[in-house]
Amino acid sequence: MATATNRMLGHLGDSVVRLEDPPLVKGQGRFVGDINFPHQLHMRIVRSPYAHGTIKSIDTSAAIAYPGVVAVWTTDDIQDIPPIDFREGSDPTLALFRQYPLARELVRYVGDPVAAVFAEDPYTAEDAAELVSLEIEPLPVLINADDPPQDFKGKAKTEAAIVEQGYGDIEATFASAYKVVEVDVKVSRHTGVPMECRGAIGRYDAARDILEMYGAAKVPHRNRETLCRMLNRPASSVHLFEGHTGGGFGIRGELYPEDVLVCVAAMRLERPVKWIEDRQEHLMAANHSRQQRHIIRAAVAEDGEVIGLDDELYLDQGGYIRTHGTRVANMTTGTLPGPYRFPVYRSVCHFCLTNKTPAATYRSPGRCESTFVRERLMDAVAVAMEMDPIAVRRRNLISLEEMPYGRELDVLGDSVEHDPGDYAGLLDQGLSQIGWDDLQATLAERRANGELVGAGISMFFEKSGLGPSDGAKIFVDGTGHIEIVTGGASLGQGFETAMAQICAEDLGTDYRRIRVIHGQTNRIDYGVGAHASRATVLTGTAVSLTAQAVREKALDMAAELLQTKAEGLDITDGVIHSKNNPGGPSLTLGEVAEALAPTSKVRGSREPYLKGEEWFHIDHQTYPYGHHIAVVNVDPGTGGVKIEKYFIAYDIGRSINPMMIEGQLVGGLAQGVGGALFEEFTYTENGDPQSVTFADYLMPTLNETPNPEILLTEDFPSIRTPLGIKGAGEAGITGAAGAIASAIDAAIGIPGAITEVPVTPQRLKKILDENSI
Amino acid sequence: MSNKTDIGLTINDRKCTVSVDPRWTLADVIRDHCGQTGTHLGCEHGICGACTVLVEDTPVRSCLMFGIQADGKKIRTVEGLAKGDEYHPLQKAFMENHALQCGYCTPGFLMLAAGILESQPDISDEDLDEVLSSNLCRCTGYANIVKAVRSARDEMKTAS
Amino acid sequence: MKPAAFEYHAPKTIDEAIELLSQHAPNDGRILAGGQSLVPTMAFRLARPTHLIDINNITDLNTIRIEGDALHIGATVRHAQFHEPVCDGVLGHLLTDVVKNIAHYPIRQRGTFCGSIAHSDPASEWCMVSATLDATMVAANKTGERLIPAAEFFETVMTTSLEQEELLREVRIPLLSDDTVYGFEEFNRRAGDFAISMTLVTYRQKNGTIIDPHIGIGGAEDRPRRIKEAENVLTGQAPDSEVFLKAAKIAAETIDPMEDHTTNAQYRRDLTATLVQRALEKTKL
Repeated sequence: MATATNRMLGHLGDSVVRLEDPPLVKGQGRFVGDINFPHQLHMRIVRSPYAHGTIKSIDTSAAIAYPGVVAVWTTDDIQDIPPIDFREGSDPTLALFRQYPLARELVRYVGDPVAAVFAEDPYTAEDAAELVSLEIEPLPVLINADDPPQDFKGKAKTEAAIVEQGYGDIEATFASAYKVVEVDVKVSRHTGVPMECRGAIGRYDAARDILEMYGAAKVPHRNRETLCRMLNRPASSVHLFEGHTGGGFGIRGELYPEDVLVCVAAMRLERPVKWIEDRQEHLMAANHSRQQRHIIRAAVAEDGEVIGLDDELYLDQGGYIRTHGTRVANMTTGTLPGPYRFPVYRSVCHFCLTNKTPAATYRSPGRCESTFVRERLMDAVAVAMEMDPIAVRRRNLISLEEMPYGRELDVLGDSVEHDPGDYAGLLDQGLSQIGWDDLQATLAERRANGELVGAGISMFFEKSGLGPSDGAKIFVDGTGHIEIVTGGASLGQGFETAMAQICAEDLGTDYRRIRVIHGQTNRIDYGVGAHASRATVLTGTAVSLTAQAVREKALDMAAELLQTKAEGLDITDGVIHSKNNPGGPSLTLGEVAEALAPTSKVRGSREPYLKGEEWFHIDHQTYPYGHHIAVVNVDPGTGGVKIEKYFIAYDIGRSINPMMIEGQLVGGLAQGVGGALFEEFTYTENGDPQSVTFADYLMPTLNETPNPEILLTEDFPSIRTPLGIKGAGEAGITGAAGAIASAIDAAIGIPGAITEVPVTPQRLKKILDENSI
Repeated sequence: MSNKTDIGLTINDRKCTVSVDPRWTLADVIRDHCGQTGTHLGCEHGICGACTVLVEDTPVRSCLMFGIQADGKKIRTVEGLAKGDEYHPLQKAFMENHALQCGYCTPGFLMLAAGILESQPDISDEDLDEVLSSNLCRCTGYANIVKAVRSARDEMKTAS
Repeated sequence: MKPAAFEYHAPKTIDEAIELLSQHAPNDGRILAGGQSLVPTMAFRLARPTHLIDINNITDLNTIRIEGDALHIGATVRHAQFHEPVCDGVLGHLLTDVVKNIAHYPIRQRGTFCGSIAHSDPASEWCMVSATLDATMVAANKTGERLIPAAEFFETVMTTSLEQEELLREVRIPLLSDDTVYGFEEFNRRAGDFAISMTLVTYRQKNGTIIDPHIGIGGAEDRPRRIKEAENVLTGQAPDSEVFLKAAKIAAETIDPMEDHTTNAQYRRDLTATLVQRALEKTKL
């Protein structure tokens, strides 16, 4: 396992200490809650206590009269502010389902913002919020996405869309099958729950007519675009700033009602407006995810080949459609086949609104769900065909020889084309490393002795490097220090260090001389942020190309100054020297930067400054792959599950910082275990959320989290990026539910027992009792 | 409407005098009135441990104490771990072992660990795991946090 | 999640505290001890005391000592003080075995034994231990003190027979003889979570058969108590696995478990049977 060292220069493959760490370990981070402006107001949201209802009246008089309160808004005060639009562009078919910053006419989930209180301090704001009196006439509540759709505003149905993808003749294939295997499986509602709640500060600089929002994350440029459209302001008059962020996992950073409100309020109340939600709010108001039910069938040939896959799914979208539109449905239906061939395929997604918190993307969106479903099905096929589960998978994996392998499927506007990888080969390596055969023998022996122990596997493929393009700017100053400006974002994953390492490699310098800027819309015009495991791939490659361009410029200037040829020069630790004579005449990067200053006499006709700006365009996403193996021990007396051993195999293409990659896998696994065994948002029949504290919504502690053995390979650098890198953010979570479910089945000796996650002790005990175990 | 009371807290050896509303939590007083924002709020109901500080050298969840209760007490927060430019062994160990990603839970873990290693420098791996299970982290999966604290424990033992 | 406003008092003596309590209790004035249970409920504004009477500065309440044949635990004694046995003998070890199941290390530095008793969360380990070992609660008010046996103390969820103006000054647990054996078992979703069910069993032996059995269940019903029906199964029997299984089964059948949105009664019953059996098996170690 990688350990960091300070002795390396931080080039590719070095596990160096992160640049991000020093302020964070000293408590000098600037998370949005730590930022304060003079005369700021504090905003507190009044939220609907009903899951569905018509707003009859809102009486704010007592709240307004409360000492320390400056204003109380309802939707009437912001009639001119439109609903929050979709991040990737307008979609008229879904426009009706968008959410206004403050509820208009209807409330659609418990937690729906109904009013906003602005006061001098957060305690006062919370006091006053309690005094806002709501009169809401309840309407029928729709809890289950697979119940018959209800009316939506008299203009549509709660089944907002049907998202369908597929290829080939399903009917004919299933008619010709040797066997048809069906499973009906569910993933429950859960989500990212970062340790930092959401927050935002709106500030209007009237002197320059610039609106600023602090607390941005993930997609600052995109959010700026949306805000500009909503508020009718030019881009140059709105800026978003990302400080430190306490985890994102897809949840933080999308444009929420509260973000819009602090911006509008800052302008109209003429004071900075700070909003920090509390945990109870977070659990009912920040995006939920994952809740899907799949009824999926496999048409199987006699030799175990799955010749057709037919999936019908219900996606529980919650009260509104937020910034992602139907992208989670697109990703689910587009990635369900995973690493398997499945020559004929259809997935039909009922995208259904319910009266619960709106849902969106959470780490490995669509893939986490579809991997669980597909791997459950593959296990079921193995049982039906009386084949070994590994053998069934092998029979169906896309082989290296078939790569690149295209499918008539779309994932986020990109047609699916698997880049070369050896799925079966990595499986061989993984099984060998874990000693699969011996493991199975040992487990069988233990089962014979009465223990409920078993192993399970889940294969997955991930997607990363979502394009289409990204750019970067690099500036080298007279001391040889470097500033990289990107449109990327950091959610704690080590983005700055990764970019610095890439630049350090290409510019031949020490990564500690590099500062990386991200999430500041006033420093670079364009950025797609950090999500979909794209930052390292897209922004990283842009940084690499830019650094190479700067290197060329530096060597060209140095060559003239040293009176030699550029081809004969190299850069080591920031010093340009001759390859053949490293100890000979040399120049530092800083000296070369000085030589390129606008007023420098030796610059000649070269463009001033040692800097560059380059772009990277990617045609297709990359598709890294791997598998998870879990070994579990079930306690028949309690239904409790202990994970005895965990293994993750993953081909990363090329690693920048192995230590950081492993960190992503281990961290992702912890969330995967959470989803498999602990995390669930439940609701009453009336739509009251029952999981709004950390005593109810359970996340794994150290005690519940396995420390996985990791096999990280670089066998197949991506053909889509010059550096060959693939993303690592989501692989740790994707395979967890499938592997754990499979292992539990094996432990209790009941194939197909697990059809739902999380596997709570109570659910498992019921299964054991029904099977007299 | 509230009656404010003047209190004095000693935070990292510096006195902070503030007029508090009794309902202000210690966490909020430290952050908003004594200017030390390194201590973070993760849940405000005592479960996540992000707000852990040392009160009279004992790890305490500062969201479950009121500032007024800490009057006259010695408080240590993450900002006081380093001595000038010199990192505390725990801070070094966290960086070297990649025991933080977003850094939000980190101050809580650092103070919890500092407290336990000071009071039980010979703590076993097993007992240490139990203590570290007190706090939540959503990024790291804990393995590196364990590594880091064990490493710091061992270093602090040989140093003393 | 900021608490609602309250007035704060920090009395220095027990009498002062009782005076303040009698004054303010009718108006939802409450005692603040460790705060590890009260303050979260205030954060959610489910509890909105108008006055808080902080007893942490009353040194007389921080005593833990043996008097006669009982361990006397004062109102501000912290859970952490039980990390090492507070007295010689079986009781000291029993309490140390139980304490590490209570919440987490930092919570135990502030939370108090008596605070848990007064708060009476069904999932409180100390409540279950007190009920099982027939502890006596000492309630102090303006007129004096009264003794409340555990069996009469825990009424239902978060409800005790303590009057609103009474301070739980002390809890007294009878010492256990050196030949007492015990077993404690608890099950929760994660380390440190509220127990879904838990049990403490103790007994002695005379001529190879069980005498004076105690089987207490907590976490499963709305209050902790001894299950006489299960204890009767043990009395006079040799301590073997068959008897233990029977007692466990009877315990599970006898209780009237709580239900909530994550846990149904049947599961609590099954769990209780498992835990009682395992706790009894531990007594043979």
